Amino acid sequence: MKISKTLLTIAACAGLALSTAACGGGGDAGGNPGEGGKVTIGIKFDQPGLGLKEGSNYTGFDVEVARYVAKDLGYTDVTFTEAPSAQRETLLQSDQVKMIFATYSITDDRKQKVSFGGPYFIAGQDLLVKADNADITGPDALNGKKLCSVAGSTSAKKIKDNFASAVQLQEYDTYSKCVEALNSGSIDAVTTDNVILAGFAAQPQYQGKLKVVGKPFSEERYGVGIKKGDTDLCTKINTSIEKMIQDGSWQKALDSTVGPSGFKPDATKNPPKPEACS
Amino acid sequence: MSVQSVLFDAPGPKARARHLGLAVVGGLAILGLLALIVRGLANPDNNQLTADKWKPFFTAEAWTAYFLPGIWATVKAAALAVVISAVVGILLGMGRLSQLAVVRLLCGLFVEFFRSVPVLMMMLFFYFFGLYALGITGSALSLFGVVAGLTFYNSSVIAELIRSGVNSLPKGQREAGLAVGMTPLQTLIAVLLPQAITAMLPSLVSQLVVILKDTALGYIINYPELIRAGQNFASSEGNLIPTFIVLAAIFITINYGLTRVARLLERRLQQSKRGGKTPPADPMLNPALAPQAGALVGDGRL
Amino acid sequence: MDALRTLLSEYDVLAAFWMTIKLAVLSAIGSLIIGTVVAVCRVSPVAVLQWFGLTYVTLVRNTPLTLIVFFCAFGMSNTLGLTLAPTIIENNFRWGVVALSIYHASFVAEALRSGINTVPQGQAEAARALGLAFMPTLSTIILPQAFRGAIAPLGNTLIALTKNTTVVATIGVAEAAYVMRSMLEFNISLLYAIFIIMAAGFVILTLPVGIFFTYLSRKLTVQR
Repeated sequence: MKISKTLLTIAACAGLALSTAACGGGGDAGGNPGEGGKVTIGIKFDQPGLGLKEGSNYTGFDVEVARYVAKDLGYTDVTFTEAPSAQRETLLQSDQVKMIFATYSITDDRKQKVSFGGPYFIAGQDLLVKADNADITGPDALNGKKLCSVAGSTSAKKIKDNFASAVQLQEYDTYSKCVEALNSGSIDAVTTDNVILAGFAAQPQYQGKLKVVGKPFSEERYGVGIKKGDTDLCTKINTSIEKMIQDGSWQKALDSTVGPSGFKPDATKNPPKPEACS
Repeated sequence: MSVQSVLFDAPGPKARARHLGLAVVGGLAILGLLALIVRGLANPDNNQLTADKWKPFFTAEAWTAYFLPGIWATVKAAALAVVISAVVGILLGMGRLSQLAVVRLLCGLFVEFFRSVPVLMMMLFFYFFGLYALGITGSALSLFGVVAGLTFYNSSVIAELIRSGVNSLPKGQREAGLAVGMTPLQTLIAVLLPQAITAMLPSLVSQLVVILKDTALGYIINYPELIRAGQNFASSEGNLIPTFIVLAAIFITINYGLTRVARLLERRLQQSKRGGKTPPADPMLNPALAPQAGALVGDGRL
Repeated sequence: MDALRTLLSEYDVLAAFWMTIKLAVLSAIGSLIIGTVVAVCRVSPVAVLQWFGLTYVTLVRNTPLTLIVFFCAFGMSNTLGLTLAPTIIENNFRWGVVALSIYHASFVAEALRSGINTVPQGQAEAARALGLAFMPTLSTIILPQAFRGAIAPLGNTLIALTKNTTVVATIGVAEAAYVMRSMLEFNISLLYAIFIIMAAGFVILTLPVGIFFTYLSRKLTVQR
């Protein structure tokens, strides 16, 4: 398969050459502090209230925390890049991004591949339904209903396994498609973390049409994904998050992003205390 | 439109009345279907045709931040893929015409294998392959996945076009080349290939349409092409359906333009035809690309 | 090797390919029907129908299949509320078949039109001389020959269709690409094995189709 190898090299070179030319030599996505203060951070691009790309602007709670932490760590030039759920570990392992603030729950499974700073927020899995829906009161009321979630996430499977075995699952590749399908009435509920759902319910075009059920049935600790074993970075991130909580920026960021949706995070758990780095 | 005039007589008064009736019925059916769709889109519960959903397209930001970068990413990947595929395809095509049975067989295997595997799967594979085996990172990775996936498929297609192009040339061309003392390889490069490549130019442009459309699959591996860009736009504006309509319009415009260029080239070449027959621009209609049982061995005339 | 065996017991690759086959066969039938209608429209004497045929082919052929699948799933199924089946899985599957049929019908129509072009004019002239009208001419004289002349491009289309079934993975139909994607997500160390298995599946699916169509076109070619 000599041909294929040559071909690969050609393709790879061409690809690399073009992309570096296009982004002005910013090829090293990971970046180290001191390298001109550049850093690439992975966020969601399509989650209103948390991480949303609006034109060339980025808004949301994840973005605010990311900006605060990056600034605190001495980075002056922050580049945001999209970190879809299925690719977060890959992005970190391959140094495409330095940190990920993308509704990234800390789990033991993921800790095998990456390390976490934080958590900086504690969310819980919940359901989003139409505002006038009265019969879906919680996950156990989902039998026979149509539930949407995102491919590669386990939240829908959890409901099927633990609460309602007769639920029908629809998988799309983005939550925005789920929410659009919910709004058009072709599915009955969307499930994922309450704060994400609240972000959608608060969007102008869905305002008053959708509501979060408000009975979280899991605990999701949003951490800052970093390369496995980078304890130094983890410690720095944790210090920064604690500082952010103490000086009131954390609350301010939350109020200005998810606040307008009327969503109140579980006060017994938030603001959280960062875990020890290992 | 010579076909049509042959298929039916010039209509008399009765037939004209019948045609008018059919036209009215057909027209009404089409209009009715359109009306149903428009009514469905405008249903009060979930109206897709409100000004709110369409206004965002008329802001400068929609284009500078989403659609134009998306178009650029799509065109970039497609252009890279077509250039690399053309080069590799010509080499593979030469390999399939080689006098060495081993080379013919290897190139044949390569071509048949990569023509059978869906582009989507190849993109998925090359994305991870690029990451783990070649260590490509950053934004180059998804571009690599897309371009590699497209290249492996399309170079195989082009190889077949080349092979059939050379085979359709009159025998005399090759014989003349050999008679003046050129080696078979020289004959291929200096005499046969230039003619075959010219003849397949329209097909190559049409293949660009296929590649452009296939680039859309790149959104699976996170390549920021037009559809991905459009989806991001839609989630910040909440207008998924209108965005799909605009995306389709953009694709249709670009591809229709390319198809016209291909047709123009085809006509030009047919007018100044010498030697070989110009194959149809449309790759699907090209008999050279027809599935062949004996393809693995190739008919290696050279 | 053990890891591979666990993987194959965890994911039902055969079921995924069975889904691919179902999608391909049903869509092939669907696109053949729609494509024939469109082709007939294109060569019909009625201007409105000609225009419809041309517009259909131009619009559909130039749109990526991904978008057509989205249009069916989100536009038709969700927004217009046209569900084809009560369960989500079945509904997605059926809309997937519809999307694939609509898309490939444009290629079938073009293939048939090129097939019609291979039929000598004398055939149609003879039919007309015998007093046959447009529809009988088309259905008894021209189309049977056109199908035979269009075998090669139709075979191309069928193979392309088989491979394109992978695109409906994006709306959650559990066919080969969908399963490959989930397998890769959790078992990246088996990258090569997974790719080879899935790719081999498609080679096995498309190669016999190729051989069959070569046989057909040799057997059925109208000698002129």
